[in-house]
Amino acid sequence: MSLMSEMNQRALTLGVPLSVQFDITYRCNERCVHCYLDHDDHGELTLSEITPILDQLADAGVFFLTLSGGEVLMRRDFFDIVAYARSLQFNVKVKTNAVMIRESQARRLRDLGVEQIQISVYSHRHEVHDAITKLPGSLRRTLDAIRFLTSQGLKVTIANVLMKGNFSDGPGVVALARELGVAYTVDPTITPMMDGNRNVLALRISGNQLNETFRNPAMVGNVEEFCAPPLAPDESVMEGYPCSAGHTACYISPYGDVFPCVQFPLPSGNLRQQSFLAIWRDSTQLKEVRSIRAKDLPTCSTCSHVGSCTRCPGLAFMEGNMRGPSTADCEKSFQRTGIASANMLRLGAAAGLVQIQAAVH
Amino acid sequence: MDRIDCNVMSETYIAQSKSIAARKLGEEMMIMSAVDSTFFTLNRVATAIWQAADGKTPLSKIAASLCEEFDVSRAQALADAEQFVKELSPHGILLVSDQPLAAAS
Repeated sequence: MSLMSEMNQRALTLGVPLSVQFDITYRCNERCVHCYLDHDDHGELTLSEITPILDQLADAGVFFLTLSGGEVLMRRDFFDIVAYARSLQFNVKVKTNAVMIRESQARRLRDLGVEQIQISVYSHRHEVHDAITKLPGSLRRTLDAIRFLTSQGLKVTIANVLMKGNFSDGPGVVALARELGVAYTVDPTITPMMDGNRNVLALRISGNQLNETFRNPAMVGNVEEFCAPPLAPDESVMEGYPCSAGHTACYISPYGDVFPCVQFPLPSGNLRQQSFLAIWRDSTQLKEVRSIRAKDLPTCSTCSHVGSCTRCPGLAFMEGNMRGPSTADCEKSFQRTGIASANMLRLGAAAGLVQIQAAVH
Repeated sequence: MDRIDCNVMSETYIAQSKSIAARKLGEEMMIMSAVDSTFFTLNRVATAIWQAADGKTPLSKIAASLCEEFDVSRAQALADAEQFVKELSPHGILLVSDQPLAAAS
């Protein structure tokens, strides 16, 4: 077990929220076609409200702090927030489109000791990327920013969300990341909007495209390992937790709302009304999330993928039941291994895979 | 490893680098270097030394406080403090000087 895994296990045992994603704004200078957010400002936390929240997070034991949005640099006080967070010795990661990062901002991020910058890039082709962000010139500015950041020695990761409109450009983005000397991560998950609107799901790549993605070593690493059939679950799997949401991680919105995860829109308290620890320890919603073991999942506990599935309880929640399957993850498990999930079999979704003809009498 | 002379130790000052992330988890300290992402965990004794590394308190005084807190001999406390400095300073997460210092980058 790695040192980091040991710390995660200890945090789980102690009930410590090791990681928090804090969206400090939903405002954005891009209008990405797949975005799940509403970009209006409905009353963001001010800097004077955020600093005591950061104090509370540090006191609660939070180590990994991801500042995200919206576009974080839409806040004029963004660097004040980072500086304060770093003074509290958080490991800070920033998610951004980087359009507003020039040399001086890159230098500032380095001076503040930010651990990593994750930047969304949708294509190596300007016309494709800019059509997704709906901001002309955005890819040029983003790539300039990546060069500014790497020249300062900062660690950059390109996050490549794959959709129908940019699927074929995945390998081009991998090559671009290599050329820029930065890390690459692929994300084929399009999530419903926070208000429940599911129209954006039409942008999801097809099963065949998912299958192709999972067999590209540049995107997933060791394909054989990644696509290996699931092992039979043992007791530790069945007694285990579905994911870190609400256990060692949570999400805070720009309005101070606390959720188990950015992809799990279950309001669990508000930091304008309660302290972070009061919410973390006593929220009935978080307690319910924590009470769920793999064995408690009615369909998934019977599934051969239960020990290896990336099942997202937040996506399941958005489908109507936090204990239910997340069909997007059923599809991923199936496309990885060729083995239908219990939910697919239950729904007959795998009927197209195996044709069984009734005997003719 | 040669034992650091007590007279030298009394003139050694240590401070936490600003280029780190750190948090106490239970009784242990987690530290990550922002320079190379190396991850460290410190046991209880090392955590106590780390938390006292303010750049102003001589290492000898920090070691003396360990004697009281952990019920160890002065020699053992000095040895622990010496080992702590030796292991952490090469990674740039702990600054060492023979003069008082402020935490630096």
